[in-house]
Amino acid sequence: MRTKGTAVLTGLLALGTILGAGACAGNKTETASGGSGCDTSKGRLVIGVIAPMSGKLSAIGLGIRNSAQLAVEQANQKCAVKGYQLTVDAQDDEANPDKGAAAAQRFADDPNVVGIVGSYNSGVARAIQPKIAGSKLVQISPGNTDPALTRGADFATAPKRQYDNYFRVVGTDDLQGPFNARYMVEKEGKKRLAIVTDGKAVGENMATQFAAEAKRLGAEIVIREKVNENDSDFASVLTKVKAEQPEAIYVGSEYHVAGPLSKQAKDLGLNVPISGNDGLFDPQFIALGGKDGDIATSVGAPIEKLDSGKAFVEAYKKKGFSDGYGGFGAFAYDSANVLITSIGKVTAKADWTGAPAQRTELIKEVQGYRTDQGANGTVGFDQYGDSVNKLFTVYQVDSGAWKDMTSGEFEAK
Amino acid sequence: MATLAQQIVNGLVLGALIGLIALGYTMVYGIVQLINFAHGEVFMVGAFGAHFISLYVLPEGVPWYAALPVMFLAAVAVSVVVAMAMERLAYRPLRGAHTLAPLITALGVSILLQEVVRVFYPGATAPLPFPRAFPDGSLAVGPVTVLWTGVLALTVAPLLGAAVHLYVERSRLGRAMRATAQDADAARLMGIDTDRVTLATFVIGGVLAGVGAVLYGIHYTQIDTAIGFQNGIFAFTAAVLGGIGSIRGAMLGALCLGLVKSLAGQYAWGGAQYDYVWVFALLILVLMFRPQGFLGRPERVRA
Repeated sequence: MRTKGTAVLTGLLALGTILGAGACAGNKTETASGGSGCDTSKGRLVIGVIAPMSGKLSAIGLGIRNSAQLAVEQANQKCAVKGYQLTVDAQDDEANPDKGAAAAQRFADDPNVVGIVGSYNSGVARAIQPKIAGSKLVQISPGNTDPALTRGADFATAPKRQYDNYFRVVGTDDLQGPFNARYMVEKEGKKRLAIVTDGKAVGENMATQFAAEAKRLGAEIVIREKVNENDSDFASVLTKVKAEQPEAIYVGSEYHVAGPLSKQAKDLGLNVPISGNDGLFDPQFIALGGKDGDIATSVGAPIEKLDSGKAFVEAYKKKGFSDGYGGFGAFAYDSANVLITSIGKVTAKADWTGAPAQRTELIKEVQGYRTDQGANGTVGFDQYGDSVNKLFTVYQVDSGAWKDMTSGEFEAK
Repeated sequence: MATLAQQIVNGLVLGALIGLIALGYTMVYGIVQLINFAHGEVFMVGAFGAHFISLYVLPEGVPWYAALPVMFLAAVAVSVVVAMAMERLAYRPLRGAHTLAPLITALGVSILLQEVVRVFYPGATAPLPFPRAFPDGSLAVGPVTVLWTGVLALTVAPLLGAAVHLYVERSRLGRAMRATAQDADAARLMGIDTDRVTLATFVIGGVLAGVGAVLYGIHYTQIDTAIGFQNGIFAFTAAVLGGIGSIRGAMLGALCLGLVKSLAGQYAWGGAQYDYVWVFALLILVLMFRPQGFLGRPERVRA
């Protein structure tokens, strides 16, 4: 009895350890072969990419990697950084903060790395920020939407810049959650709302911001529940939600939870729209069970409607990547281009050494960057490192595909 | 009232699906006293086997009643082959070693299988939509709705469980299994090929896991490489709850686990986010007062 008990216990412990450490890493390093007639005599500069390229968010992560790759290859063809060959070093963070921080540390220690495009998950960024602060390595995120990353925990009342080397090209949850709520309550006329989150900090924050604005507009939050992210059976939670007769369900999570949840709600006879933030805005949401009428808000304008966005989509398709650009590819493309333009300016003054002083100079270039010709339109940063482009778009599933409904900026009333 | 009935049905469907995996845990433990942590992965590869057949082999537009049996066959075949290979290559060489060696090996096999599928199966780095090889829609009894796939799971799982129980009780190989479980040395002296019996046990576990995988896939309509681990932990818990080594116990434990998870999410303190807590609290409670589980036999002291 005793031996067996111990064995089981040890087994479970071992299991925990192995899981904690994460299964073997599927890191991939891809290099761009620019190869055109540019002068690359001064060597090679690396743009680091940190994104979830495997696991449940891989549709987003691979889109980020490929889009950064595309920007770098275009830059190499145009000789955008004179004297240097640019390459991409993409590291898979598996949406795991430890993996992301380890990759960031490696990038920070490597003088050839000029900057990081990443991460997608705010939780990963939180682990990366302190690792690279000392080395002044610039980081531009194509997907972090947690407002605390730039403006601190008291972002609403006493915003304070957290790291001068951290930037992002997307709008934040404190705007996106209320933007979503306003659409659901005012445009869709939903007054009884249910909230389901996956318990992660980001999902919780979004839901809280959503709930606050919805209540202010006179809607009622009839129930708020959490599900386990690894579950595939949401029938129990949805039965509970159904008893409260909501008119819509706001899901504070990503497509891998929201898609099946949408289908299972319908199966239970709870045929109401699912709404959520940018994590839902991916074709995979529909493949996994998202139904017509479901809603997602996302950052930026629909890229198919901008000339510069269309150019990105065409170039991406021409490349023949096996995965789509996803909801965040265009942002990764813009992030990479910020880095490429800025490094071009810095290396025009002096050869790249990777010294902290030169990295600080790069941060200044990034801070001052501004264009309205990005794949998402305007790209630039305010005094906190946040994007000046605070545009959001509402998308709705229509005949099995995402369709943009309306775009706008959120202004608190 | 309607909510209660619906939650009971939700719990039973989940329990039935878990039960088919739990049977594999309990049978292997009964025969070789090994907690085969890789059994969840036998279930997972079965699901991918069915996915593969349906997506890459079956022609487009095959009606569901033709596709479903083929998917069952494919899932069972893949699960059985993997279970047999696992026994032959990973566990048999360790027979007679310290009990920890096969346990750790089982964990290794589990991770190996997850990673192999993740890396080599096209698209398996993300959740894959599972083919809808069964009528959509649901059975409505008053206010309670059950998907047809849920009805199928609730029918097939107990029937298979009963069949395995009868097989072990009545057949010649079943008798050999029970003999091996009681005392492997004595069984060997009586001329029973215990290696063959062990292999047969893994095969039966594989068949059940394969069938369970297809039922799971058509019910939840998506699979990923982590389903084996997640459901394996539930199945293992169910097997321990019902009394590890007991076939009826595994089914009972699984249904019980499903019910607790679903009802605790509705009615217990803390709501759905604490459903796992109640499942494992129940496990601890049962083990405190009945360490052998519901239907298990008390552990014999071995010489």
